[in-house]
Amino acid sequence: MKIHEYQAKAILSRHGVPVPAGEVAFTPAEALEIAQRLGGGRVVVKAQIHAGGRGKGGGVKLARSPEEAERIARAMIGMRLVTHQTGPEGRTVSRVLVESGLEMTRELYFGLVVDRAARCPVLMASPDGGVDIEAVAEQTPERILKEYVRPAVGLMPFQARKLAFALGLDGAQAQKASKLMASVYEAFLQTDASLIEINPLVLTAAGDLLALDAKMTFDDSALGRHPDLRELRDLGEEDPLEVEASKYSLNYIRLDGSIGCMVNGAGLAMATMDVIKLAGGAPANFLDVGGGANAEQIRNAFKILMSDGNVRAVLINVFGGILRCDILAQGVVAAVKELHVRVPIVVRMEGTNVAEGKRILSESGFRFATADTMGEAAKKVVELAHQPPPAA
Amino acid sequence: MAILLDKATRLLVQGLTGREGAFHAGQAAAYGTTIVGGVTPGKGGTMQGEWPIFNTVAEAVRETGANASVIFVPPAFAADAIMEAADAGLGLVVCITEGIPTLDMMRVLAFLEGGPSRLIGPNCPGLISPGKGKAGIIPGHICREGRVGIVSKSGTLTYEAIHSLTGLGIGQSTCVGIGGDQLIGTSFIDALTLFARDAETDAVVMIGEIGGTAEEEAAAFIRQSFKKPVVGFIAGQTAPPGRRMGHAGAIIAGGQGTAAEKVAALTAAGVTVVRSPDEIGPAIAARL
Repeated sequence: MKIHEYQAKAILSRHGVPVPAGEVAFTPAEALEIAQRLGGGRVVVKAQIHAGGRGKGGGVKLARSPEEAERIARAMIGMRLVTHQTGPEGRTVSRVLVESGLEMTRELYFGLVVDRAARCPVLMASPDGGVDIEAVAEQTPERILKEYVRPAVGLMPFQARKLAFALGLDGAQAQKASKLMASVYEAFLQTDASLIEINPLVLTAAGDLLALDAKMTFDDSALGRHPDLRELRDLGEEDPLEVEASKYSLNYIRLDGSIGCMVNGAGLAMATMDVIKLAGGAPANFLDVGGGANAEQIRNAFKILMSDGNVRAVLINVFGGILRCDILAQGVVAAVKELHVRVPIVVRMEGTNVAEGKRILSESGFRFATADTMGEAAKKVVELAHQPPPAA
Repeated sequence: MAILLDKATRLLVQGLTGREGAFHAGQAAAYGTTIVGGVTPGKGGTMQGEWPIFNTVAEAVRETGANASVIFVPPAFAADAIMEAADAGLGLVVCITEGIPTLDMMRVLAFLEGGPSRLIGPNCPGLISPGKGKAGIIPGHICREGRVGIVSKSGTLTYEAIHSLTGLGIGQSTCVGIGGDQLIGTSFIDALTLFARDAETDAVVMIGEIGGTAEEEAAAFIRQSFKKPVVGFIAGQTAPPGRRMGHAGAIIAGGQGTAAEKVAALTAAGVTVVRSPDEIGPAIAARL
């Protein structure tokens, strides 16, 4: 789960990480008040969306007075902000962070994630902060320093010192950096984070280190034990159909193609998208209905697929291991009847009771296309999706 | 021979008194697996059908001579259950549970390090040695005894691979689902190492997916030291970056973990990489 910058800063600040003074504003009037409370001097107004690259898209602006902060907030709140991470449709800005302006002398990078291969957290630091760290990783990987943390003992002070001195900080600064890294590590463990990124971590003219930007994402599997973090979810940042699907415990991701997919199992769902592409079509979604899909789940899945106006044909691909094909077929027929599904449907099923399942489909009175292999199913559904829709 | 699980396996079910545990224990027993009992804290001394229930794994091992465990407990308690099984000295621990927090798994893997227990999973369908037995949820009736090994991150794609092989009359030695989480107990390389040593496995099907670098590491291992033919499939060619595709570990992050990179690495290592699960059986037939 992703959260906003201001929320991440609040969490990090509670764990002892220095952040600039600031507050979130939902209206221009609030932005004015916050800027006044911050002393009436220079402030930065930052659009809060779950995507990076905001500065280049016009989502970060400097204001010399509270009145200017108000004007900027008025323009920013409600605008559609497009960055390299949002896609061309962008995101609507619903809130801004108003923060004190800083005089900074250096911009560093600091991050913390779990390394899959090393099976432990890894701290990453770079002298090249304030830029896209993925570009640094690609072009000058030697400028990203890493320290692996042994879970049994946690982050040791020497590891933080190694990173701090390698970043070129002096003794006093390194001490502050070490304390900051320890605080971030603590926040990581306490919140079951999957990523904490401070980019840039800035060194001010006064020699202080602050998190000028902060990004945190949390392990979805651990949210059950963090009710406070669940409150931070911003549904406005998510696709409405994905939000709806999540209510039914359906694993759904919306894509931009025309072929709706309904599959059991995440791996098979991905493979189904792949064979559709291979057959010359484009999947409209990823959808895993789960191993024990029943009639109810199939109806819910159809509801979601039919809410996507781009869907011109549907491919149901199920391997019935535990799930029986006859039960699946009954569920599909019932859902198609109840929801008046009009788009063509190709069913490829295999496994337990497959012959009975096919009989139910063929005797249903609806025109299902069936296929024995995934390749054949993909070919059929791509053809059907490209035919003109039947007259209503 | 097979790997990991055979007729000598004496299987314990942690969470046997739950709905999933009871159902799949029944299926495994019907398939011929020796199930010796279950563990549910607080229900020790009771019976689940014909099986005795124990409060602790240590007690169950003492009383039944169990040498392996399969875990069907809810995610919040699964990490603890894995460590309990390892503490009791079980050589094989198979965790089916989906949704264990990553930091819990990190502690589990640190706990297991240096010990004698091999963990399969979590978030996996378990394993089956056709004709011998199974631990987990892979349906037995689609399998056939034979000499091809399967190792896979995905449950349903494991079934597809089995189906594709069985349809051509090609049987399997052992099919292992290693799971799609970020942190897992048994890697592709671990499974390949076991298949390399197994005199009854002639070829291997390896099914990967986007996310992480385990497929690339396996490719390097295959190139250096794995002599048997390998057929591979990588799911997620069309997955968008930055989105988690169902499995917790199936995500292209920071430009890493793409299917294209994995396919390229495996192909360079001499693996026959197929473009659809349908092609797995024919590709194996061609390599045998």
